[in-house]
Amino acid sequence: MLTEDEVRHVAKLARIDLADTDVKRFSKQLSDVLDYMDILSDVDTDDVDMTNQVTGLKNAMRKDEVTNSKSTRDELLDCSELPKDSKQIRVLPAIK
Amino acid sequence: MADLNKLTISEAKNGLRAKEFSSVELTKDCFSEIKKSNKDLNAFVLLTEDEALKSAEEVDKKLDSGEKLPDLAGIPVGVKDIFNTKGVRTTCCSPILKDFVPPYDAAVIEKLRSNGMVMVGKTNMDEFACGASTEHSCFGVTKNPYDLERVAGGSSGGSAAALASDMCLYSLGTDTGGSIRQPAGFCGVYGMKVTYGRVSRSGVTALASSWDTIGSFTKSPEDAATVLQATAGKDDFDSTTPNVEVPDYTSFLKKGVKGLKIGLPKEYFGEGIEKETADVVREQVKLLEKAGAHVEEISLPMTKYAVAVYYITMPAELSANLERFDGVRYGKKPLKDPEDLVDYYFKARGEGFGDEIKRRIMIGTYVLSAGYYDAYYKKAQKVRTLIIEDFNKAFEKVDVLIGPVSPFPSFKVGALVDDPLAMYMADALTIPASSAGVPSLACPAGMSKNGLPIGLQIIAPQFEEGRCLQVASLIA
Repeated sequence: MLTEDEVRHVAKLARIDLADTDVKRFSKQLSDVLDYMDILSDVDTDDVDMTNQVTGLKNAMRKDEVTNSKSTRDELLDCSELPKDSKQIRVLPAIK
Repeated sequence: MADLNKLTISEAKNGLRAKEFSSVELTKDCFSEIKKSNKDLNAFVLLTEDEALKSAEEVDKKLDSGEKLPDLAGIPVGVKDIFNTKGVRTTCCSPILKDFVPPYDAAVIEKLRSNGMVMVGKTNMDEFACGASTEHSCFGVTKNPYDLERVAGGSSGGSAAALASDMCLYSLGTDTGGSIRQPAGFCGVYGMKVTYGRVSRSGVTALASSWDTIGSFTKSPEDAATVLQATAGKDDFDSTTPNVEVPDYTSFLKKGVKGLKIGLPKEYFGEGIEKETADVVREQVKLLEKAGAHVEEISLPMTKYAVAVYYITMPAELSANLERFDGVRYGKKPLKDPEDLVDYYFKARGEGFGDEIKRRIMIGTYVLSAGYYDAYYKKAQKVRTLIIEDFNKAFEKVDVLIGPVSPFPSFKVGALVDDPLAMYMADALTIPASSAGVPSLACPAGMSKNGLPIGLQIIAPQFEEGRCLQVASLIA
């Protein structure tokens, strides 16, 4: 069960603006989904390891060389709608 | 020749080389079908006709000069709008990327370009590949070519519908929990979900990084082999692609199934699976038995837990992956005036993400938050291990597994959209193979009484895509 206050809290952690009507709707829908997850408590996993990677690869290493030539700095900067300044993107002040 | 768009890749390849028609003519036939049907189906969200005809002309010139070209040269393709295409708008069908034009190609697109790609356009999908119906797209739903009141499936619904209605000769999709196989099943085409890591994901927007795979929609197993051949292999830009040899996939097509052991997981034919769907799949299995395969029932007892495992770990990974969409480096600025930088993020993401993305980001954030990590995320990763053990045990006994792709054929537009949990169940039979990272090929198996396609899937051990193709080539 996810209360409306918990929905607001999680939305805040995820940096998502939610309207009050959304909070109500999501509280019900997310509760349904999370309640369903309880099915996993039927499974005994005491001596089971977690799986994070399925093909057994570990630590894919490469030489520390710059090889990315797929796009230029200017092309990447052009992806932003915000103003550019000294080859950086200008954002609003983080601290007022 | 008329209706060149109805050809398979291999038929078109031969026709181009025999000078029966040109790539430009082939491409034009695809566009006349698109102009006729796309307004009803909504399979394409962007058309690139000028570029397509230019690429086709280049291929024609090379063919005329007798140059030897790759099999896919000059063959029109539809590309899911999640693949970065240099200079061509790529939106993931999300408002937050509505005008995004990527500065580089995805690795797969680069490879196809060097194979003489003719891209007709970008296809519709659920926003950031999250959904089973393409209803969660900011461009509206894609309809099923067999029944315009029903969905084409998802998340790669546009690619499936585009191919099923002959708007292109093959199309590209991504499959995280079933997003290629399920729409392929709903639209009656072949859908190849590869082994995790078989095809590079570089330049394809990430959904859930320990699950995401790249694959194709085709009209035949032979075509699936051709596209896989051109796209598989190690890529330095995707460190999850292992150094595993890429075999000659076409060599599997004529092997037959004599002596091959096929397992039918009883969980894929039991509770929650429509009887008609199960019956149609069983009929096809009988034909394989007649062709010399040995068929036995097996059990994958953890099947019923796969949806829960997926809908914990996938949103967890997605919530981290989608952190980068904040309207700063790319994507839409918020319309409402933000007060400061943090408020900018809140507004950009609040305005820019649709409901399903918001739901999944919040589930992911919740299951990773302090106090819940062990109960949800860690638990799910452990159960995932048990699902993998299910498959390992099964493949000690049999060579491939066969079951339905989905518990039911295509559903009506709007039927499940307000009930996320019910929508998640549409993936109940595709998620297990994704959990284990094994390949699975969706094939048309027959039709329902209502005239809707029913699909079956052939699941093989990791990196044994060839075995899927071997069995599929005997399914008519």
